[in-house]
Amino acid sequence: MQALYAQLLVGLINGSFYALLSLGLAVIFGMLNIINFAHGALYMMGAFCAYFLLTYGGIGYWWALIIAPIAVGIFGIILERTMLQWLSGLDHVYGLLLTFGIALIVQGIFQNYFGSSGLPYSIPDELRGGVNLGFMFLPIYRGWVVIFSLVVCLATWYLIERTRLGANLRAATENPTLVRAFGINVPRMITLTYGLGVGLAALAGVLSAPINQVRPLMGADLIIVVFAVVVIGGMGSIMGSIITGFTLGVVEGLTKYFYPEASNTVVFVLMVLVLLVKPTGLTGRTA
Amino acid sequence: MTKSITAFLLGTALALAATTGASAQDKTVKIGVLTDNSGLYADLGGPGSTLAAQMAIEDSGLAAKGWKVDLVSADHQNKPDVGTTIARQWIDVEKVDIFMDVLNSGVALAVNNLVKEKNVILIDTGAATSDLTNAQCTPNTVHWVYDTYMLANSTGQALVKAGGDTWYFLTADYAFGHALERDTAAVVVKSGGKVIGTVRHPLNTADFSSFLLQAQASKAKIVGMANAGGDTTNTIKQAAEFGIVSGGQKLAGLLLFVTDVHSLGLKVAQGLNFTETFYWDLNDGTRAFSKRFSERMKNKAMPSMVQAGVYSGLLHYFKALEALGGNPHDGARVVAKMKEMPTDDPLFGKGSIRADGRKLHPAYLFEVKKPEESKGPWDYYKLIGTTPADQAFRPLAESACPLVKK
Repeated sequence: MQALYAQLLVGLINGSFYALLSLGLAVIFGMLNIINFAHGALYMMGAFCAYFLLTYGGIGYWWALIIAPIAVGIFGIILERTMLQWLSGLDHVYGLLLTFGIALIVQGIFQNYFGSSGLPYSIPDELRGGVNLGFMFLPIYRGWVVIFSLVVCLATWYLIERTRLGANLRAATENPTLVRAFGINVPRMITLTYGLGVGLAALAGVLSAPINQVRPLMGADLIIVVFAVVVIGGMGSIMGSIITGFTLGVVEGLTKYFYPEASNTVVFVLMVLVLLVKPTGLTGRTA
Repeated sequence: MTKSITAFLLGTALALAATTGASAQDKTVKIGVLTDNSGLYADLGGPGSTLAAQMAIEDSGLAAKGWKVDLVSADHQNKPDVGTTIARQWIDVEKVDIFMDVLNSGVALAVNNLVKEKNVILIDTGAATSDLTNAQCTPNTVHWVYDTYMLANSTGQALVKAGGDTWYFLTADYAFGHALERDTAAVVVKSGGKVIGTVRHPLNTADFSSFLLQAQASKAKIVGMANAGGDTTNTIKQAAEFGIVSGGQKLAGLLLFVTDVHSLGLKVAQGLNFTETFYWDLNDGTRAFSKRFSERMKNKAMPSMVQAGVYSGLLHYFKALEALGGNPHDGARVVAKMKEMPTDDPLFGKGSIRADGRKLHPAYLFEVKKPEESKGPWDYYKLIGTTPADQAFRPLAESACPLVKK
């Protein structure tokens, strides 16, 4: 029973990453109608950004949490301005192919210069060590990841679903022409939204840097699972992706305990089941 | 007149004989480096293995003696089906004579069968499974650098002797992990220890926390990592986080490479014990090669034992070809010649190849230095024990290889 609690908690930790990443994807898909396959590569860039800041600038983890998402977010904005914006109104497949290509190029470049086994990034001193919870030894850093990503996820949800800015944004996706007529600069809003989604991916990258190795393929390994999370939660649903992210982390954690060999596939089995029963995803609205 | 005609005919016949003789003395060779160029093992094999092969070709001086040596390289993506498809095409279309590296035991076992069927050569420097020279041995395969039996024997025995008598295994769920776990468990039990549990994780896992918690709950003294590459570095890093070592358990890296230690950093890796058969800083020969190698690597990495094995294995292969006077394009014949000749190169020293295809050389037990002991980048290991060549590997008496006469 104790082991079970421990696995639940570990599942929540992984779920935090799923939630942060799928949230970014959901925001981008919901607002821009782009299936952002470059998300994994941008997550990786966030982690590398933290590594560069520390190694070449002596700038530590806490500043990296702020600087890396902004830097990678700006990279995202450049991508959107120079390439993605020309695809608006076209079929989803074009955006998917373009972002997938970008991901391959970015990963290839990093792999060329940094190899595949990754670079070390250590846990900040303030978050070292752990607490014994009785049923498990919880590294403080992991606890921090869960709480921090929950806060970020809820803040993003609040921003989009409950503020005036969010309302404008949602209106702009429904009917861009009408919103423009109210004097709102829709293309700029779309660009900034993409930047926000990308920034979330980079933030997840910085969070993950001390846990995993900073590797060029760290995002490629994760992105497929995250897409399954988004599909299960319902494309474009903000709250759906947050809840599904955490839930699937837990389901995966339990699988690792009861039948570890299947832990890589359980998410996809669930995805198939959900698609069979409710093709729009658990919380998705019908288009 | 008749005489001169006879002489002419005789001369022509001789000339013809000489040409056919020369075609048997074919001096073209094609080498295929089949490895993981993009995945979790790419740093320990990958492009570095291709570079090592290139350097072996240059250093052999064969080109100056009229040989034409070609090199091809491909990424098998750690998938046996992809590996065999490439291998088939290389043999049938590209006429590749010899496969080098072929890391990943799953791919290696598949290519091993194909190589025998097509009578070409496999010098495996990357795969770990000891089955390549045991039940699955062939007259066409040489296993060069290390194997699971040797790793288990050296590291396993040393750890049990030091008091680590209860083991929990964290095993990569494919041929290699299974072989390493099996061979190590056998050594542990033989040395008086006990295996109290195992958990098998999928290849290329990012998060090991669930598995580590299970290992922690088992209360075993030793957590044996029967995995490699990125899987091992992630395990070690996360084990530190979950307080496995500070809780009194010891991590046993059953297969670690210098590139893994580099990627982990000494802060995390310090104190780990494990076995390798090559380290760049062993002696003048290894240092000279490694320096040249590192200068040509994009990230200035020192060679791993897998990459060093590609260089050393190819040099010996070239010597056998020269002794044969040409390339007969007959895998089994060349391998037989390679087994006849003693091996000697600056990287692995003097050695030999046994009837079962096992290359013999000493095995070194290393300990990773503390950060303050290291003098600079890549200065990572302390040598703490050497097993001589004749004791490092599985004794022929225990071999299930049909090539071994008993």
